[in-house]
Amino acid sequence: MRRALRHRSLLIGMGLTGILVAMALISLAWTPYPVEGVDVSSRLRPPGSAHWLGTDHLGRDVLSLIMAGARNSIAVGVTAVGIGLVLGTPLGLLAAARGGLADEAVGRLTDVAFAFPTVLSAILITALTHPGMVNSIVAIGIFNIAVFARVARGAALQVYGREFVRAALALGRTRTDVALRHVLPNISSPLIVQATIQFAVAILAEAALSYLGLGTPPPTPSWGRMLLEAQTYMFVDPRQALWPGLAIALAVLGLNLLGDGLRDLFDPRLRILRLG
Amino acid sequence: MLGFLTRRLASLLATAFLASVIVFVVLEVLPGDPALLMLGTEARPDTLAALRAEMNLDRPPVERYFLWLGGFLTGDLGTSHTYNVPVAGLIGDRLAVTLPLTLMALVLSTLLAVPLGFLAATRRNRAGDYAVMAFSQLGVAIPNFWFGIVLTLVFSVTLGWFSSGGFPGWEGGLGPGLKALVLPATALALTEAAILTRVTRSAVLETLEEDYVRTARAKGLSPAQVMGRHVLRNALVPIMTIVGLQFGFLVAGAIVVENVFYLPGLGRLLYQAVNQRDLIVVRDVVVLITILVVAANFTVDLLYALVDPRPKEGRG
Repeated sequence: MRRALRHRSLLIGMGLTGILVAMALISLAWTPYPVEGVDVSSRLRPPGSAHWLGTDHLGRDVLSLIMAGARNSIAVGVTAVGIGLVLGTPLGLLAAARGGLADEAVGRLTDVAFAFPTVLSAILITALTHPGMVNSIVAIGIFNIAVFARVARGAALQVYGREFVRAALALGRTRTDVALRHVLPNISSPLIVQATIQFAVAILAEAALSYLGLGTPPPTPSWGRMLLEAQTYMFVDPRQALWPGLAIALAVLGLNLLGDGLRDLFDPRLRILRLG
Repeated sequence: MLGFLTRRLASLLATAFLASVIVFVVLEVLPGDPALLMLGTEARPDTLAALRAEMNLDRPPVERYFLWLGGFLTGDLGTSHTYNVPVAGLIGDRLAVTLPLTLMALVLSTLLAVPLGFLAATRRNRAGDYAVMAFSQLGVAIPNFWFGIVLTLVFSVTLGWFSSGGFPGWEGGLGPGLKALVLPATALALTEAAILTRVTRSAVLETLEEDYVRTARAKGLSPAQVMGRHVLRNALVPIMTIVGLQFGFLVAGAIVVENVFYLPGLGRLLYQAVNQRDLIVVRDVVVLITILVVAANFTVDLLYALVDPRPKEGRG
């Protein structure tokens, strides 16, 4: 704990992530103004005591929208990272434990998934359905499965080479038992670090998809769509484009710093995949 | 080395083939009747029948896939049902914007990142290193489309140095075309530059600790000679790997950035095709982008084999 407190980037990361989570949680119970409260008479108001960050083109309170947007980003991030962890980790473990054909098949699957950046997958899904939050989650989640499969495989291969694992196998423990009892706990550090980074990547990807109109549809507030709407009013009120962009950047910065800090705390030699 | 490259080529061809199968299944098999999905339920029966015939929907999916693949490999990509022109020509026109944009972003980011990474590594734990690492953290966190909007606000709206969007075409000369790509390429390059700076810094730091670098120093080589002959060449391997891997993501990033700047590139074509349900264009553009991603990875392997001074046996 003392080591953690001495680590500056970990502390800043924890602080920024804490603010993101707190904003989302508070917005569940309270926002300064209702997020769907359209009031055209007070549109594009500058920041002031009534509206700390001003109002948008429909007269909605920008701070309230940013708070509710945090909820949306966290929901997409948690689900997309959850999909990656739950489906990708067993694939990586399987590849490392079995080798041969299983390893080759998982390797090929991850290669194919990496050929589809999240925006491309989301476009493919949207071509069949309609824009929506679920599309974003599925597109980012599929990419995350490949990321976690690759990280889990790499980390598990190292653990399988260690004596206690070879001893457990020699003693007749089943492969599943060894994978769950010995290998999985020993690859949790790289997985936690990668999960933090993928959370940040998911927030960026969701914002990009919403900006393109392929993600979260109105009236659910989302930072990406706020930017899309702000661009329309860029020549009238440039401030509109400032707040949602800052919110995305600070949230991603916080999670990245947290991931880097955790990596340094667990093992500075851990490799982090930065793709998305 | 030849064996390694052959294995990599086979593996990458298999990846591209699988990717094309996935795109085909998602767009042409899952919808049941793709023609109906494209034209909507209110389309005239004769229009629907004509599109079904053009898409060979009366044939089994496997046959259709190989017909399409054959066409794709020979440059016959069919006709866009919204633009009513051959998709190959449409893609060619749009690539004339997206490829220069992506390459410009790649060059900008490399020119910025490699010196910054070297600077940070050689000034480890000093002010210069901290400043470069802060840039790297911010660069990864700032969304490229927001950075694009900020660049437009500053350099177009406030200073008036660049137009806020659009593309004049290459017919008017190289200058105006390149000028229209400066802001979009800068927006696209930021994340790449941030990641590459970090990779360069780590690669140089790792190389500086290698035995052969210590030996070179002990032999009396000057710091510049050690950097040029030993550190740079070895550090180039991970740097090139990331440059290659990021190429595909730059093309994907271009989908978003082209929409910020209203550039008529491949990304904007894809975006418009999705909104217009032109599945023929979506299918061909998505497969083309996945092939570009895979081809970039193979190019990295080729360069890897040429630059990496270590023996090739046992790799791959």
